[in-house]
Amino acid sequence: MKARVLVTLKSGILDPQGKAIEGALKSLGVEGVASVRQGKVFDVELAGADANAAKAQLQTACEKLLANTVIENYQIDV
Amino acid sequence: MKAAVVVFPGSNREGDMARALTLATGRQPAMLWHADHELPAGTDLVVLPGGFSYGDYLRCGAIAGRAAIMDAVRAHAARGGLVLGVCNGFQILCESGLLPGVLMRNANLRFVCRMQHLRVERNDAAFTRHYARGQIIEVCIAHGEGNYEADDATIERLEGEGLVAFRYCDSAGNVGGDANPNGSRNDIAGIYSDGRNVLGLMPHPENLIDPLVGGTDGRALFESLASAA
Repeated sequence: MKARVLVTLKSGILDPQGKAIEGALKSLGVEGVASVRQGKVFDVELAGADANAAKAQLQTACEKLLANTVIENYQIDV
Repeated sequence: MKAAVVVFPGSNREGDMARALTLATGRQPAMLWHADHELPAGTDLVVLPGGFSYGDYLRCGAIAGRAAIMDAVRAHAARGGLVLGVCNGFQILCESGLLPGVLMRNANLRFVCRMQHLRVERNDAAFTRHYARGQIIEVCIAHGEGNYEADDATIERLEGEGLVAFRYCDSAGNVGGDANPNGSRNDIAGIYSDGRNVLGLMPHPENLIDPLVGGTDGRALFESLASAA
């Protein structure tokens, strides 16, 4: 089973990398960019076939390692 | 004082740290590997040195913070044992749950490598007894992710309970503005755990122990530790 985990900065946390990318897009003439925030994507292959079990496993993975919940939120798509 | 230095894949300041500890304590620290499960019997102080553990993959200190040896380090800290984390070691302490908060990318996105003044916020901890309270010291910093961040409640608690160990400042002791190299909240350069037996800081006191390399302001930290146990 394939799953995707999205890890993004919580709102209110300053994202200097996102700001730099936002500035670069503006300097490249890409118009209409109001703001950019950078996150991470993890594509995970799981051995089992049960979606609920997979979600539970990935939640454990996020809490233990993939996300730092002080500053990041995560979203699991199975 | 029996010290142990933990080496992770990608650590690179363990030699400097061992030299500073040996100079101050008169005995060489044990060098531990990240995959070890136990500290040597009678260890008083565990040190997590600087570097780029696991190549800073995922987040700085994230993978090292979950290494096998860290369970032993957490148990040591829970017993009131001393733990020092410098630079990447501070990042590892935050990621391992031994200290609150997180070290984010420097606000100006630059790796900053320079001499830096710090204010010693208190001198009644095992790490700082050989400093004066409010003393301004000059040490070096070398990091890309030293921007200390925590939620408002945590910052308030750190300040209220006197858990800020060092603050970035200028040579006159003024904080803020250009004296803050990385955007850290409240100019925080280092913090203590609740029991003040765990210290994490971004600057490198271990590199300022010899007049040959520009100063000795870091030496008192190791001398404090040497007389602590």
